[in-house]
Amino acid sequence: MNLESLVQLLYLAGTALFIMSLRWMSDPETARKGVLSGVAAMALAVAGTLAGVLATGGTHYLWILGAFVLGAAVGYPLAQVPLTAVPQRTALSHAFGGMAAGLVGTGKFFLYYGQRDAAALTPFIMVALVAEVLLGFLTLTGSLLAAGKLQEVKWIPQRPVTYPFQNVINLGLFSLALALGAALVLHPLAPWAPAAFGGVLVLSLAFGVLLILPIGGADMPTVISILNSYAGLSAVAMGFVLDNKLLITAGALDGSSGLILSIIMCKAMNRSFTNVLFGAFGQTQAQGAGAAAQAYKEDTVESAAQIMAQADLVVIVPGYGMAVAQAQHKVRELYDLLKKRGVNVKFAIHPVAGRMPGHMNVLLAEAEIPYDDLLEMDDINGDMPQADVALIIGANDVVNPAARTDKTSPIYGMPIIDADRARTVYAIKRSKNPGFAGIDNGLYFLDKTFMLFGDAKAVVGELGRHLSGEGH
Amino acid sequence: MTHGTHGTTDLMGALFVFMLASFIGLMAIQRVSRLLHTPLMSLTNAISAIAVVGAIIVASGAHQPWWVTALGLAAIFCSTTNIVSGFLITDRMLKMFKKREGGK
Repeated sequence: MNLESLVQLLYLAGTALFIMSLRWMSDPETARKGVLSGVAAMALAVAGTLAGVLATGGTHYLWILGAFVLGAAVGYPLAQVPLTAVPQRTALSHAFGGMAAGLVGTGKFFLYYGQRDAAALTPFIMVALVAEVLLGFLTLTGSLLAAGKLQEVKWIPQRPVTYPFQNVINLGLFSLALALGAALVLHPLAPWAPAAFGGVLVLSLAFGVLLILPIGGADMPTVISILNSYAGLSAVAMGFVLDNKLLITAGALDGSSGLILSIIMCKAMNRSFTNVLFGAFGQTQAQGAGAAAQAYKEDTVESAAQIMAQADLVVIVPGYGMAVAQAQHKVRELYDLLKKRGVNVKFAIHPVAGRMPGHMNVLLAEAEIPYDDLLEMDDINGDMPQADVALIIGANDVVNPAARTDKTSPIYGMPIIDADRARTVYAIKRSKNPGFAGIDNGLYFLDKTFMLFGDAKAVVGELGRHLSGEGH
Repeated sequence: MTHGTHGTTDLMGALFVFMLASFIGLMAIQRVSRLLHTPLMSLTNAISAIAVVGAIIVASGAHQPWWVTALGLAAIFCSTTNIVSGFLITDRMLKMFKKREGGK
């Protein structure tokens, strides 16, 4: 058997293992096997590639080894971040993924161009190269900006940034990049081709920034998923350029994963892709339907603890505020104390709660809350009228009843957790300001709602103290 | 590794692979529980670091300007970062998902 076939066989085995890896992710019981299978697939891919280039006269092995070591040295600490920082880490790694694809595409183009290799720069390869560079570099800057917003870096604006003719400018720049790309496809060896390629590159970098500037925190789960998809598609484009089926397959798996997650996120907010990307949520609706003049009704933590101790069913609705306050471990203590008193405690998880898909689940799992008690929105809503207490911890828009009732609300039509149908509602909130999307929440002004203002971690800890001290 | 051999058959083959892989991906991922969406994303992140294959090919080329090699090396660095951090953090998160003791 010749070496080329051996490499292809290794790639084939790698492809199968990647598919199994995703297949095993469907169930928490088998998911860790999925990671193992992914690692094995990646090892086969790297081994096969190294064997291939070794046999065809490759060089620079020490440098390559150095790049591996350096990458591992940076990657390891990135895997140790606190779980509240997982959205930023994910965005950052999308940036790395996009950058890798963009750099490889750039290298390949200038290599072929320098060799005047018209046979390599077919129109099809050029389309793939332009797509690779465009997607790669826009993913790079877009993800970096998203990571910066998530990390709340001081000089990066948190709120959506909008300006006149924003969408016109964005689309104009994008069309310009496409036009340059089309010119490159037609004349890849023209004297101006390197300049045009550079133009595409710069426009992609700029477009990534402009695309994410108008995005607010509430839209982050969707945007992270879309960027995930782009990173995968840029790998697919690289696969077309290099005629490498393993790259195409693995990239397609990543691309479709990002696509499905984006669709789920969009559905959970009752919005379309275009609306997320070009809608600049949270800017226009400063005034709610007259609710702003109403006063909050506060209650003491002590009486909240008493009510909860006597409840049969307490439903906890966590949101981004729980993540920010790192309150998950205190929530776990509260969960244990209530359970010990025979109270049934469930968690209601909205698909877009937090800043990335599944964010709340991971935090609660970290606090060792059994995942059987983490319920999806559709599974818990039917039980909400039986809940004696709904405890909202740093969630806002996902429990806003305006989504059901107020046709003028920007979140009208978004599926929500029906916290307002519980008998009593307690809401822990950082401040009296409206949530990230800037929309007033009618839930807080219902007769049955009591506010507990303060840091989520402190308030939940306080609740726990009252519950544990009350037995005497 | 080789180029200049991209006939129409290769192109069509590649498109077929892309189409089939996308459908497999869509179907496999639709079955993933919402519970695991964050680990799923960090896993697919690590998988998309398959770009390391292209990076190695570019970095290892002989008879090319040094800066093309440098681009390849930088791409290897980026991808390796994702491979290492992606797989490690996915496993770290998955270890935390526990069922209630005693089943119910």
